[in-house]
Amino acid sequence: MMEITEGSHAVAEAVRLSRPQVVSAYPITPQTHIVEALADFVANGTLDAEYLTVDSELSALSACVGASAAGSRTYSATTSQGLMLMAEVCYNASGMRLPIVMSIANRALGAPLSIWNDQQDSIAMRDCGWLQFYAEDNQEATDLHFLAYKVAEDATIQLPAFVCFDGFILSHTYEPIDMLTQEQVDRYLPAFNPAEKLDAKDPMSFGMYATPDYYMEFRYEMDEAQKRAKGVIAKYGKEFGTLFGRDYSALVEGYLLEDAETAIIAMGSICGTVKDAIDEMRASGKKVGLLRIRVFRPFPSQEIAKVLSHVKRVAVLDKNISLGAKGATAIEVRDAMYGSTIPVKGYVLGLGGRDIRKKDIKEIVSLCENGVGDQFYGLRKELI
Amino acid sequence: MAEKKNTCDLFDCGHRACGGCGEALAARLVMQAAGTETIVVNATGCMEVFSTPYPETAWKVPWIHSLFENAAAVASGIEASLKKQGRKEKVVIMAGDGATFDIGMICISGAFERGHDFAYICYDNEAYMNTGIQRSGATPYDASTTTSPAGKCSFGNKLPKKDMPAILAAHGAPYVATASVAYPADLMQKVEKAINTPGPCYVQVHVPCCTGWGFEGEQTVAIAKLAIETGLWVNFEMVDGKVTKVKKVVRKPVTEYLKTQKRFRHLLKPKLQETEIAAIQAIADRNAEKYGLDIKLPPKKG
Repeated sequence: MMEITEGSHAVAEAVRLSRPQVVSAYPITPQTHIVEALADFVANGTLDAEYLTVDSELSALSACVGASAAGSRTYSATTSQGLMLMAEVCYNASGMRLPIVMSIANRALGAPLSIWNDQQDSIAMRDCGWLQFYAEDNQEATDLHFLAYKVAEDATIQLPAFVCFDGFILSHTYEPIDMLTQEQVDRYLPAFNPAEKLDAKDPMSFGMYATPDYYMEFRYEMDEAQKRAKGVIAKYGKEFGTLFGRDYSALVEGYLLEDAETAIIAMGSICGTVKDAIDEMRASGKKVGLLRIRVFRPFPSQEIAKVLSHVKRVAVLDKNISLGAKGATAIEVRDAMYGSTIPVKGYVLGLGGRDIRKKDIKEIVSLCENGVGDQFYGLRKELI
Repeated sequence: MAEKKNTCDLFDCGHRACGGCGEALAARLVMQAAGTETIVVNATGCMEVFSTPYPETAWKVPWIHSLFENAAAVASGIEASLKKQGRKEKVVIMAGDGATFDIGMICISGAFERGHDFAYICYDNEAYMNTGIQRSGATPYDASTTTSPAGKCSFGNKLPKKDMPAILAAHGAPYVATASVAYPADLMQKVEKAINTPGPCYVQVHVPCCTGWGFEGEQTVAIAKLAIETGLWVNFEMVDGKVTKVKKVVRKPVTEYLKTQKRFRHLLKPKLQETEIAAIQAIADRNAEKYGLDIKLPPKKG
């Protein structure tokens, strides 16, 4: 059923329909509307979950670790500084193979303090073993939660997942959403039933320490699960499409790429602006296309290399920066295209909420055509 | 009690604790009291390391270790999950003094405030032993540790021991107790009460560490007993914030305790540091006054 709703509320509704048994929440802007909505659901009896109002993000995710290990479907949401406070727990949850799903309303990291959007927070956690999904709009942000639970809990994966959507730009924006019904979600997402859990009837030890004789194989198994997730996302993404008409089987999505000479690569809400800019550039004869990355972990290297094999140049847009190196996507795309002679140029932009307009995208394409890149874009020169 | 539950050793033999480890001895007693229907949450520390080198485990109950500082939050999640599933297992946290007094405070405060039903057992060996005997908020005054070493300009740890039982009682914990590995029956009774009292309960167990304190392993129980007999450790119970039971003693001078451990030897040799010893005696005297420790002996008949 179509309804016009705020991104955060749509995500909260998706979480409600996913029937989490334990929700652990700590407020942080711009995530807060999600956990407020979930609290409201619990208070009004439409969500039958234990709802913990914890003391910090550290406790928020730690409580999810405990609840997940005890056999419950769990949920939390955070962003920015909160995700950084969870960092140690993030590594721990994936190491214990607990399929927690957490929404990230992407936001910049301080200092200087910024509540506005970029993707530095979840990108900073790219190595922690969680699956990472990035939504372009609120329909996708909503749907990806169902997919995330289904993939994370699959017996062959057992990894936690971030569902990332841009703070404010999506979280606080009203859009029409086709929300699934409880019956539809129940048909798609079975109850959480882990093969191993904390249970007095079958005692097991979770989170032991491993000597050098054992440690590496744990990391290898996690990496293998990440790689397997590509196929599992394809399977369950397709199933979602078959049932509900929106296919999420692809880790990357192309827009007018087939004949493109310049390919833009981007993630998240910026892709809407990019598509509009492409339409206008196409109208004036420029063959530009977009490759949108929907799944950043596992990283779709082969998929990217395959669909870009025919282009003349690639412009990668990063709302993050690995300081002292480049934007994370640019680094990984260049790795994906190793051996190719196609030039890949990176542009770091939109940090801390700086606006990106169609004309910026067009200008970046011009820079890329002239071989200029691997730079910040949109700096205020008078300040530096 | 333990006999009825026939739990043998839910914390089993084969672990890698030092010979004479007070913490290992206490863990065995705690698990005897807790029984099989228990889920253990273990903070990072000696116990976690000496009991679970993958692929071996000393635990015959479900056990989880997450991080150093988050055991209370992990336990909160487990308790919430069990409640939601209608399961009846009890949640018992095992954590050292560093995990409890210092790094875990934020998670502990939140968990006690929320009122989850668990028993939090703090194994207090009065320093970070797993990392090599660094001072913690539980380290007693003047103890020499690797980060509070005695030297020409220092008598060791300058800070008083943090009063964790009072902090948790102030959170509204329905049952708070201290215990000692020297008194196993008392320890086990307190653990049972902590487990069976609804809400977040706390038992702080004094567990001498032969390696960190500097004594021979066979002295563990004797030294734990001396701590009580000198008034430097007080065994008490608090119900709803009020002290309801205290182990009274005929007090010995604190030097009887200090002289047994290398961590205090700088106070006794090469010369007696009378001012410092008087300060430690004053701590014991304050304990005696606060808790009414002293047994009044009848006057000797002439």
